[in-house]
Amino acid sequence: MMTFIWISLIIVIVSMFGMLYRIFRGPSTPDRLIALDAIGVMFISATALLSLLYDTGFFLDVILLLAVLSFIGTVSFSKFIEKGKIIEHDRNR
Amino acid sequence: MTVIANTLIVLTIVVGLIFTVVTVIGVLRLPDVYTRAHAASKSATLGVLSILVGTFFHFWFNEGYFSVRILLGILFLFITAPIGGHLMSRAAYFSGVKPTELTVGDDLAEVVERAKKEIK
Repeated sequence: MMTFIWISLIIVIVSMFGMLYRIFRGPSTPDRLIALDAIGVMFISATALLSLLYDTGFFLDVILLLAVLSFIGTVSFSKFIEKGKIIEHDRNR
Repeated sequence: MTVIANTLIVLTIVVGLIFTVVTVIGVLRLPDVYTRAHAASKSATLGVLSILVGTFFHFWFNEGYFSVRILLGILFLFITAPIGGHLMSRAAYFSGVKPTELTVGDDLAEVVERAKKEIK
């Protein structure tokens, strides 16, 4: 069981390195954003596998925190790509 | 009982790993931003959901600990990952990234043209 979880953790980390290739070589900025979002999702699965590996429930809060932070990062980055600024001071919209 | 629980955990984690590897292959091999967003948002979400279900089964069957936090994380990811995928594709479209030459139709272009005419 432990060997299986180690192997699956290594597979997830290698997948994250594949996403890093897309971040470095992406032709456009939305490509890099998509790869970054997928890396955030893979961090969550790596955290779940780590909590299986150490057999503790203390990592489960980290899963929620990573999910919220990844979603906020995705929303703000896509708004920045679409409009050029994140926080607007325009009240007549 | 332990054998059945371990079989269930291993099956769900293997399904999650397959979807994760499919995500990486799709993001590295597909020709376009929109097809890559399709691969990343759907398949990565299903992979992480399956791995989280495996973790939930482990803590429920082997430890006797019904973890509500994992269920909350599954629900949050299930809601927010399609929203993130849609936002990223929309940002890519409006920032002017061209689709590949293999694309057959573009339905959003007519709607955008009509909206621009109505504004003017």
